[in-house]
Amino acid sequence: MAVRHRVHGMDDHGLKSFSQSLKESGLYPLTSRGVATLQVNVGALCNQSCLHCHVDAGPRRGEVMPKRVMESCLRVVDECDIPVVDITGGAPEMNPDYRWFVEECVRLGSRVKTRTNLTVLVEDGFEDMPEFFARNRVEVIASLPYYTERTTDRMRGPGTFKASLDALRRLNRAGYGSGGNGLVLNLAYNPCGAYLPPSQASIERDFRRELEGRFGIRFANLFTITNMPLGRFRDFLEGSGNMRSYMERLVGLFNPAAAANAMCRETLSVGWDGTLFDCDFNQMLGLGCAHGAPSHIDDFVREALDQRTIMTGMHCYGCTAGAGSSCGGEVA
Amino acid sequence: METYYDPHDLSDFASVGECAPELWKKFSEWYSSVFKEGALSEREKALIALAVAHAVQCPYCIDAFTKSSLEKGADMEQMTEAVHVASAIRGGASLVHGVQMKKIAEKIGL
Repeated sequence: MAVRHRVHGMDDHGLKSFSQSLKESGLYPLTSRGVATLQVNVGALCNQSCLHCHVDAGPRRGEVMPKRVMESCLRVVDECDIPVVDITGGAPEMNPDYRWFVEECVRLGSRVKTRTNLTVLVEDGFEDMPEFFARNRVEVIASLPYYTERTTDRMRGPGTFKASLDALRRLNRAGYGSGGNGLVLNLAYNPCGAYLPPSQASIERDFRRELEGRFGIRFANLFTITNMPLGRFRDFLEGSGNMRSYMERLVGLFNPAAAANAMCRETLSVGWDGTLFDCDFNQMLGLGCAHGAPSHIDDFVREALDQRTIMTGMHCYGCTAGAGSSCGGEVA
Repeated sequence: METYYDPHDLSDFASVGECAPELWKKFSEWYSSVFKEGALSEREKALIALAVAHAVQCPYCIDAFTKSSLEKGADMEQMTEAVHVASAIRGGASLVHGVQMKKIAEKIGL
């Protein structure tokens, strides 16, 4: 049974609970359809401290997935034939065993996706990462707030835009963005404030026109991702007095079709210490898999996880508002 | 303190239709069609609306279309330029009447 989970009293303000919205749509309780993707968060360590980050990631975060947990993940990938491993963080590249983990996933036959903030790729010790990605046919999902310097740097700090362009050029030189060679470079867009993202097709056209036209940069697709009311972004919402209006907007735009296709239904999230979660957002709330499903990667039982009931809360409106939001963009 | 403009009135906009529902229905359908993507993108339409909102100095519209412009993918640079366009037209519209002033003055002057 899915529980109505209170997230810091978010549903104490007269807003409809997420469980209630699911019930009215005939989707309660939300259940898994199987684990098609293992999303592995290899740690909160990051070279940036972005204002929208739900992980609160930054240079001082000490949580880094140890190799023994990665070995457990690989055992599961191998034994259960998980087709996709989606590596995230923090800046996942900063995990000292990141390259080994990618290579092992590929050796086992899984398709690897990696999240990158781009700027880490121009730092010392990471310059050859685009070629490493290309050798391993890694799908790169690169976060870029906007196609102009001013807006990007406001969100991520001075110099971010130029460093991101430099990284994108390196990825293009390594073969990404050309099309036809199987090397996929996708961009991820988050709104720069307390509002929802535009239509994915529309903002993708704008990014393509500006990035190709002004800078000669090529990419495959752009994913729009709604900012989740968690972590550093939640601090911003509360500090700026935007929390209530933002939540009202998310709740008001609840889309049952987006809930039906929520990524948690086909994804299992692994925390840096091996704890299992229904998604990366539940991970940040410490809201582990429950209802009898295994709670740690060492206890992975496919049958139990394939049919698990998903833990939900008010933050789930972030993935189900409007066209929906996932690590792969819109879902409805 | 009571004022003529209350931000909460914006969310009560639909109440204007209570006494003339057919007209409200027609307005609503036309209004939502206007802002759909066509020859212009939704972002471009939102920017035009933002500029017009400043030209007509409607605080409800400024509120709504600032948020709409951001949600349609515009940034502050684009939005500020749109407001300058509106301001230039307003300023230019005043200034061009200077020709009228000039002609009248010339007509009655020695």
